[in-house]
Amino acid sequence: MSGYSVTEASPRQKTIAAVLVMTYTLITLMPLVWIIATGFKTPADAISYPPKVIFEPTLEGYVNLFTTRTRVTQEQLQAMGPPQTWYDAIVRQYDMVIAGPSRYGERFLNSVIIGFGSTFLSVFLGTLAAYAFSRFKVPLKDDLLFFILSTRMMPPIAVAIPIFLMYRTLGLSDTHLGMILLYTAVNLSLSVWLLKGFIDEIPREYEEAALIDGYTRFQAFVKVVLPQASTGIAATAVFCLIFAWNEYAFAVLLTSGTAQTAPPFIPTIIGVGGQDWPAVAAGATLFLLPVMVFTILLRKHLLRGITFGAVRK
Amino acid sequence: MAEIAIRDLRKEFGAFTAVKSSTFTIGDGEFFMLLGPSGCGKTTTLRMIAGLELPSGGEIRIDGEDVANRPASQRDIAFVFQMFALYPHMNVRRNIAYPLASQGMPRDQIRARVDEVARILGISNMLDRPVGGLSGGDRQRVALGRAIVRQPKAFLMDEPLGALDAEFREHMAEELRALHDRIGATTVYVTHDQLEAMQMGDKIVVMNHGVVEQFGLPQDIYDWPATMFVADFIGSPAMNFLPFNGTVTPGAESVSLDGISVRVPMQRAAASGRLVLGVRPEHVTLDDAAPYRGRVEAAEYLGTTQIVTLDTAQGSLKARIPSSRAVRVGEHVGLAFTPGTLTLFDADNGQALLSEGNERVLAHG
Repeated sequence: MSGYSVTEASPRQKTIAAVLVMTYTLITLMPLVWIIATGFKTPADAISYPPKVIFEPTLEGYVNLFTTRTRVTQEQLQAMGPPQTWYDAIVRQYDMVIAGPSRYGERFLNSVIIGFGSTFLSVFLGTLAAYAFSRFKVPLKDDLLFFILSTRMMPPIAVAIPIFLMYRTLGLSDTHLGMILLYTAVNLSLSVWLLKGFIDEIPREYEEAALIDGYTRFQAFVKVVLPQASTGIAATAVFCLIFAWNEYAFAVLLTSGTAQTAPPFIPTIIGVGGQDWPAVAAGATLFLLPVMVFTILLRKHLLRGITFGAVRK
Repeated sequence: MAEIAIRDLRKEFGAFTAVKSSTFTIGDGEFFMLLGPSGCGKTTTLRMIAGLELPSGGEIRIDGEDVANRPASQRDIAFVFQMFALYPHMNVRRNIAYPLASQGMPRDQIRARVDEVARILGISNMLDRPVGGLSGGDRQRVALGRAIVRQPKAFLMDEPLGALDAEFREHMAEELRALHDRIGATTVYVTHDQLEAMQMGDKIVVMNHGVVEQFGLPQDIYDWPATMFVADFIGSPAMNFLPFNGTVTPGAESVSLDGISVRVPMQRAAASGRLVLGVRPEHVTLDDAAPYRGRVEAAEYLGTTQIVTLDTAQGSLKARIPSSRAVRVGEHVGLAFTPGTLTLFDADNGQALLSEGNERVLAHG
């Protein structure tokens, strides 16, 4: 006879849990699957009704994403001879030729610079501040911590107009530096609070042992505290990156050219030559990748990081 | 190796005084115990000696040099933490080698020193293991290894056995003492366990509420406590306190407990009012002829001895007597006190009254 256990789930409970988790996973994955699939459809397939689940994949969306194209007449097409490359061939089906690269690459690179730059800065400053708050007697510590947190008590976009005016005056509008500083400022409160929690969990004795072993405070911080905080730092970095990477409102407002990130750029693709949903979907798919890869790389740290300190070892 | 002299050392945390003007000297090569209940300031004192806490005032001299305001890294001392504080991201060898690495010692020399220390501590076989999987005792040995590898001027230990199982603690205490006898390093050891302090220490400082209550040899402190706190804190069961009202004049050799005369060591000072007679349980004997009477309340059998709890006119009293003497609960017995061992206290301030017996011990403290 199977015993009744208070800690172990019964087979039936496990089945129910599995079904719930799988259902939830399917629901959350649906839009992603749809976006990725749309990226490989032709524009006609993308808007066909009823929606096509089985379709012939094409790289048209990706070609359109990375290029600008101009329409040419049949005579001109014939005069040009056969297409030189596979993507030329795709474009010519629509009586068009490639005029040059699109701005997607640049915008994507902007996202990388601004996203990773602000993440690095948020985590770097956050770690130093969190260590100080955790270890030293800081005058008005509690008030300062509350003040830092209070920047999160409204949606960041609520201060959009003052920031817009400030940036215009300072010449920071549409610059990489401006966007890095802005995202760092928004993320810093999260980073300080998260990291303070992680550093609080690291017993002071480790640093004290290092101090006694002949190391300076800074050496103890770098050699003993940082390795122990790596889990927390990784988790914090993921959160900061996800925010900075996906941020849309400020990016729309403050960038238009040189520093424009991918999120405000991707919707503009739609206007180029009709409703090109596959190109938009392709842009979104590629845009998802870096954060996905980053999160998967740090997954082990992340899982431990989120539950860190919840249970005493 | 070094002598550590503490002069008027103070520490305040805001309005709270953790250590009040303390003065004592730790001799070169001594195994020195800082003993007291939790919150008495013993750990704060140790941390000030280590340089982990800056004193509010006073001097800490290591080998004659005032180091009170130097950072820990410049004091050349080693510290063993209660929770060991082994670096969790390093293996055993790197943990032990870490203090040497900070001195920029060449690698082959570090290797040789670590191997030697590991041999002394019997942990040679686990040098390449991560510290995470070690047992409490082995972690303790690694922590000791990290301390002795540097050959520092002094070892400071903050309840190093506190995190071990009771069974293993005994064994480790012996090992520690043997290690000390072998390398002869000045050791300052913080504990709240009076047995541990008496068992291992060459000298003991008893602290309470940030004040040094008494400082001396374990036996002197046990036999001739300077205050009622020390008398109560040291010894198990603690010293019996028999309160009475009376007068003591210099030269007196007895006091009167409710009209019953009790012989005490010859007194050196005058006192009157609320007094307390202190008597260790082993200095109480059952003697039917004795005028001081008590009624047996309970008896705890401990093998060769038994602890008998008696009800007397002055309250409850415990006697440690041979198990061979049969006692019955409810029985009325006469109680005799070994005269040369008694201490009188002033109940108002808790201080021992100076007598022929304790003047040698208390005169310098």
